[in-house]
Amino acid sequence: MIKFLLGRMAQMLVLFVVFLSLVWFMLQLMPGDISDTLIGNPDIPLSARIDLRERLGLDRPMHEQYFTYITNFFRGEMGVSFSRYPQDVSAVLWNALPRTLVLFLTATIFAFWLGFKTGKLIAWRRGAKTEQGLIVSGIFLQTVFYPWFAIVMLWLFGFYFGWFPIGRFIDARLWQGSPYNANELFSQMILSVIIVSVVYLVGRYVVARYSRNLLTQNRLNTVLGVVAVAALVLFWWFHPATEYVSDIAHHTMLPVITLGLVAFGATMLLTRSAMLETLGEDYILTARAKGLPDWQIRDRHAARNAMLPVTTALVLALAFVIGGGIVTETIFSWPGMGLIFLQAIAVSDIPLAVGALSITGVLALVGHLVADVLYAVLDPRIRIA
Amino acid sequence: MTAGDQKASKADLGVPVAGQTTRELTHGQHLTRVPLWQIRLRLLKRSFATTWGLFRENKMGMLGLVLIGLFAVMAVIHPILMATVWDPRVYDPIVGYDAVVTEFTVVEQVTDEATEIDLQAARLRLNPTLDVGDVVHVPTQPAPPTLTGERPHYLGTDPQGRDILSQLLFSTRAAFFLGAVAAITTVLIATTVGAIAAYFGGFIDGALMRFADLILLMPLLPVLILLSAMFEITMVTLGIMIGVLSGFGGVAIVLKSQALSIKVKSYIDAARVAGGSDWHVIFRHIVPNVLPLSFLFMMFGVTDAIAIEATLSFFGLLNVPMTWGIMINTAQTNGYLLSGTSYWWLLFPAGLAVSFLCFAFFLVGRGMDEVINPRLRAR
Repeated sequence: MIKFLLGRMAQMLVLFVVFLSLVWFMLQLMPGDISDTLIGNPDIPLSARIDLRERLGLDRPMHEQYFTYITNFFRGEMGVSFSRYPQDVSAVLWNALPRTLVLFLTATIFAFWLGFKTGKLIAWRRGAKTEQGLIVSGIFLQTVFYPWFAIVMLWLFGFYFGWFPIGRFIDARLWQGSPYNANELFSQMILSVIIVSVVYLVGRYVVARYSRNLLTQNRLNTVLGVVAVAALVLFWWFHPATEYVSDIAHHTMLPVITLGLVAFGATMLLTRSAMLETLGEDYILTARAKGLPDWQIRDRHAARNAMLPVTTALVLALAFVIGGGIVTETIFSWPGMGLIFLQAIAVSDIPLAVGALSITGVLALVGHLVADVLYAVLDPRIRIA
Repeated sequence: MTAGDQKASKADLGVPVAGQTTRELTHGQHLTRVPLWQIRLRLLKRSFATTWGLFRENKMGMLGLVLIGLFAVMAVIHPILMATVWDPRVYDPIVGYDAVVTEFTVVEQVTDEATEIDLQAARLRLNPTLDVGDVVHVPTQPAPPTLTGERPHYLGTDPQGRDILSQLLFSTRAAFFLGAVAAITTVLIATTVGAIAAYFGGFIDGALMRFADLILLMPLLPVLILLSAMFEITMVTLGIMIGVLSGFGGVAIVLKSQALSIKVKSYIDAARVAGGSDWHVIFRHIVPNVLPLSFLFMMFGVTDAIAIEATLSFFGLLNVPMTWGIMINTAQTNGYLLSGTSYWWLLFPAGLAVSFLCFAFFLVGRGMDEVINPRLRAR
């Protein structure tokens, strides 16, 4: 397992360097160079331009530039943003990263959890009246024009019903004169969620280890889940910053739901077809012949095997979530990496745009790695070989 | 040269074939006199009929086909309407202009909102030399749908006074065009790459598949956004870009596994033993057998391409005159983002058009999937 992981990580690192090289190559393809973007004014004398090219290292040979570019990225030096001048690109992106991560993670987890459950059930009860409706809505969610869908969601739930705030990350009026820093508080929220999830997972592991009865296991797991959520809510309820925390949470909900819904459709359809395929296998027949209860055949025998193609699709969904993340952040004015990326593009702030794209590449890679690990955990053939 | 041609030339020479009666021989001669392309056409017709029969059972697939047909009519009807009924000055999707003009009388104190306008407001908004008692004509835009009158706008006008229906129809053509370019490029590249990787194996296979992994890793939309910031992207270049990226990526991997299963068939060995070169085997025997599956990916490719194009033009990053994405972009940049149902004709026709066209191609793709994979069919 460790060998497998190390191998995958080495592969990912190589892939990432190739990706960075591709981005660099695209930069070279651009007509002119970055000094032209910086000095568009013809009144600036030639000497100043030559001086700038020297300072940026643009006069040096190609391969040297390339190596500087790659090594600088790994040292965390991505240059200075043009549009937010004195700020470093890495500082700008570092600020935005947690917000984007939360958007991605919660949307993906929400979509996969719900999509897997629904897909499992509609495959199990094939031919039910709800099946056709769910399939059609799943396909529609998968093919709907996403920016338009986000606009409609924002209008419907933010404006018409008024359940959620319209865009942005915090309510500026509430936060005026607040003793807390939004970014710090947000990091604390993330930390608390991570701690609770780790405790929950450890609890599940302990339950699986020390209880042989599947029914007891299921019940204990449900109890664990309820306790985890309750602990999280209670902790923030009695925290002095409840008001501010709930404001952030309230702003987070609509973007997450919107992005999650679209990913949900795809997962549900995929789980359904994977389930239908496994349900035709011989071992399902064996399980039935043994007289196992229905839920055990469904959850333990069929769903676990149907999970494999769904995990593979996690990788493909990731590409969607990253693309959709940009759209979501733009429409909901969610100040994450996607919005920064698009704003940087709009004003030709190439260092910032390239930095954001590279970090997005890192995110995609890490996502792939996680999907690989999940796959290995689920499939013993890979874990052991 | 194929086996059929050789047999034909032999029969034409009148060389008797051992073990056959005269009757069989003449019958055979009759058969071989039929040109090969006719036989191929007949076979094609027959397989098409079978496929069509299977496809027709799938109601959702048929719905998709009908929807695509409707969109095709929309695409075709626009130039006809422009040439006959619609006046280009009013109905041109890009430079047309029309407005619902309302007459207002300038007064000191407004008593009737519909016919009177405040002096201050009129001077500020329209013309500083106005005075009380003047009559002003104020165009309202975006105008709601009008079904009657001299110049009806069945879907209203956009914030710049252009006819929405005309824009909608005009953009259909662009969407079809882009989808076709992207899908054809994808399939051309992916079948070639897949077949080559499967046939040669070894280093070529490894290199091509690692490259496919890399492309899969690339976040497609952000990369295209960056590219569109650096270069001028038109419809054709965008279609080719999407085609190349997905053709070398995921589709190539799937088609390669299909090609692998064909490579081990005995007729491939037969073709090689008969002296077929590598390229002959790849393009005459492997590629035609991978094609059904690649048509499936063509359908999904169209869906992706249309959605990506609409997203990019929604951000205003493409150098194209008018598409569905730009229609939504126009509504957004003019401040109608949250107008919802009160200005429904700005957001809903374009958004639904993109969604339904993608939906239709996706449904057709799913229908074809069921034809190709019998396991998916309803039992």
